[in-house]
Amino acid sequence: MKTENNRTVLTGTHFMNGDIACAEGALAAGCKFFAGYPITPATEIAEHLSKRMPEVGGIYIQMEDEIGSIAAVIGASYTGLKAMTATSGPGFSLMQENIGLAVMTEAPCVIVDIMRGGPSTGQPTLPGQQDIMQAKWGSHGDYEIIALAPSSVQEMFDLTIEAFNLSETYRVPTMVLADEVVGHMWEKVVIPPAEKIRIVNRKKPNTSPEKYLPYMPDDDLVPPMACFGEGFSFHATGLTHDEHGYPKTSSSGVQQKLVKRLCEKIRKNADKIVKVREFMVDDAEVIVVAYGIVARAALSAVKEARKTGIKAGLLRPITIWPFPEKLIAKIAEQAKKIVVPEMNCGQLVREVERNVQGTSVVFLSKLGEDPHTPMEILEAIRRNC
Amino acid sequence: MVAEISHPLSKYLREAMMPHIWCSGCGNGIILNCFVQAVDELQIDLKKLVVVSGIGCIGRAAGYINTDSFHTTHGRPIAFATGVKLANPDLEVVVISGDGDLFAIGGNHFIHAARRNIGIKVICANNFNYGMTGGQQGPTTLLEAFTTTTPYGNIEHPFNLVHLAAASGATYVARWTTLHVRRLTQSIKKMLQKEGFNFIEVVSPCPEIFGRRNRMRTGLQMMEWFKKASIIEHFSDPAKADITPERIVVGEFVDIEKPCYEKLLYDKMAQILT
Amino acid sequence: MRVEVRFAGFGGQGIIKSGIITAAAACIYSGKNAVQTQSYGPESRGGACKSEVVISEEEIDFPKVTSPDVLIVMSQHAYNEYAEKVTPGGTIILDPDMIPHEKKLKNVKIFRVPATKIAEELGRKIIANIVMLGAFSAVTRIVDKESLKKSVKTNVPKGTEELNLTAFEKGYQYGEKLLKS
Repeated sequence: MKTENNRTVLTGTHFMNGDIACAEGALAAGCKFFAGYPITPATEIAEHLSKRMPEVGGIYIQMEDEIGSIAAVIGASYTGLKAMTATSGPGFSLMQENIGLAVMTEAPCVIVDIMRGGPSTGQPTLPGQQDIMQAKWGSHGDYEIIALAPSSVQEMFDLTIEAFNLSETYRVPTMVLADEVVGHMWEKVVIPPAEKIRIVNRKKPNTSPEKYLPYMPDDDLVPPMACFGEGFSFHATGLTHDEHGYPKTSSSGVQQKLVKRLCEKIRKNADKIVKVREFMVDDAEVIVVAYGIVARAALSAVKEARKTGIKAGLLRPITIWPFPEKLIAKIAEQAKKIVVPEMNCGQLVREVERNVQGTSVVFLSKLGEDPHTPMEILEAIRRNC
Repeated sequence: MVAEISHPLSKYLREAMMPHIWCSGCGNGIILNCFVQAVDELQIDLKKLVVVSGIGCIGRAAGYINTDSFHTTHGRPIAFATGVKLANPDLEVVVISGDGDLFAIGGNHFIHAARRNIGIKVICANNFNYGMTGGQQGPTTLLEAFTTTTPYGNIEHPFNLVHLAAASGATYVARWTTLHVRRLTQSIKKMLQKEGFNFIEVVSPCPEIFGRRNRMRTGLQMMEWFKKASIIEHFSDPAKADITPERIVVGEFVDIEKPCYEKLLYDKMAQILT
Repeated sequence: MRVEVRFAGFGGQGIIKSGIITAAAACIYSGKNAVQTQSYGPESRGGACKSEVVISEEEIDFPKVTSPDVLIVMSQHAYNEYAEKVTPGGTIILDPDMIPHEKKLKNVKIFRVPATKIAEELGRKIIANIVMLGAFSAVTRIVDKESLKKSVKTNVPKGTEELNLTAFEKGYQYGEKLLKS
């Protein structure tokens, strides 16, 4: 289908909400397939793409549930399209089994989770950061994924593109973990000209179909990907498989080799994947580690603290998974205290604690309607300086 | 020296995957054979054929066929195939799976794909139980049948698959048993040439797992049941086609024309783009 | 300087839209930074609803409102919830027909704008929020009139621009009248 490039990337300055910016980011990244199921607070992504996908020659389909949505996304990805779904906690839970399938079959795809309050139906219209661990560990088995946490509407656009690029580079499901505030918040978004946007496409095989081994990795541990209909006649399965894609369910050697590679292609490339933002960290004695909307309250608190002479700093993980272990370990050497505010009962703080030695970590929990206020974080900084 | 003779249909199979995992007396090989025969007779371009299956004994069929193929999670082949078909409507997308995969865990995807009339061709091997996990009761297990989880006889009413498919909107619906090899092959050929969501139920013997608990210890005994109970009634009312020990109505039930989803979608997109 | 504005009422009154129009006016049409956040219940219509806007010349770190300088309120329930949370010296703009019971509040400026009545006179009760926006522009000057009008025009359904601009103008005039009296 012919696509109209000038409609794909809406270059210019816009005032839009996070969900819509995410949808536009997907289009700018070259996403041509969206399958989803309505759920608050992610529905606006589907609504927007139902209008926009046909304008750029892409496919929008509303599936019968989130299980079907992620399955269709993997199908479209294997047929050569960049594909995405968007949901919130309950739907994210339903997707977990097939996220495992995407990991196992190395299907590039993007899953957006606009986090609301849980467990269960919880608080559909209110924010949460309660799916942090589900994003990493939600499916069974051992695996690695990539997850990014935007904290502004501009980042909903930018990081959705980045999620596609990472997903295509490493052939791994990549998540955009936003919270309801970021999803529904309206802010200015600057969309650059198409040629200024960095786009990564999956590696294609450069061998003949006869010689093609669909799961034989290159040096970066990522195998080139053929797609259905290209004449490679290859097989893919969620079963443990060898380089041919053939099931090997009784071989411990094949299991070791495959599952280790699936983990290591992310772990060994973590330095290239991990992104953080630092603010006044260099001489900081109290460092706040915060992400998503909470990081904005934290930034405000850190600035206030500095005004009163407190050496405070902020480290904001943009990449939640893989977790910026080395950077956290580094700041822990200089900081007296690390403050971790989260909209949950303690999730990413466990990763922080795991990576600091001796430095005490203070956790600040908040649940319900509003994220931490700058004042609440400032008080925690004061108490711990 | 004897020249190596290969089977005329062997090019359709991944020989590296052999031997297959199916028990002796199983009907899955017959279904695979009929499918491959139909593909051969129609001279379908293998580069344009994608076979998708779910979990279960017949789920391995996707791997055995030498085309692009995907073995999905349990219950999800139709949802996966939906993504494939929409991403590239030029591909012939066939789902080959079992009654448990398609109608228990995957039932929701089946009825919605049929409702949308998306161009996916579904072949269901109905063996009345969960064979791969050792023979538990499933959505098609007949009343009073014995399985490992109905040791006192099944009290759940089974699905009538052709009725379900017809009511959900499938544009082609047929049922055969593995005894009806030529008719099944013709039916698959017809289905592959037709637009929309098409469905064939193949009643298939599972003597090792199901049959032996129900006084049919061999494939032959199960085939004898099919032979005795089958009645060919084309275009009879699918609502009245419940399978019972005495009666298996086979034949074509539905063969209608209705615009398929991918055509409606791409037409709409063409309108919007002009 | 950071200014915080809170719009509150019930679902279906266009509360969230008012916030978006205001933030877009400040951000796109007057070159400031602005962000709109919201909270609403599971109901599409009738539930409690608030929409908040932060406007600043600087970059906005924390996007939520903590102590609003202005409250624009259109239901008794929302009034009861938020009236006392306005910053000392702040402003409340309320629709007296929707809020029959007022509290005794100290150190806030109160402007009573019968927006629902004015909207009904214009034939569409649903544009009461735009009447309020006009009054907001007149009495606070936080966002200038022309920017708000441009934002109203681009953010209301096609075909209703004129009606909405008339509603805005009526609200603006009513606000000016209140300032003079």
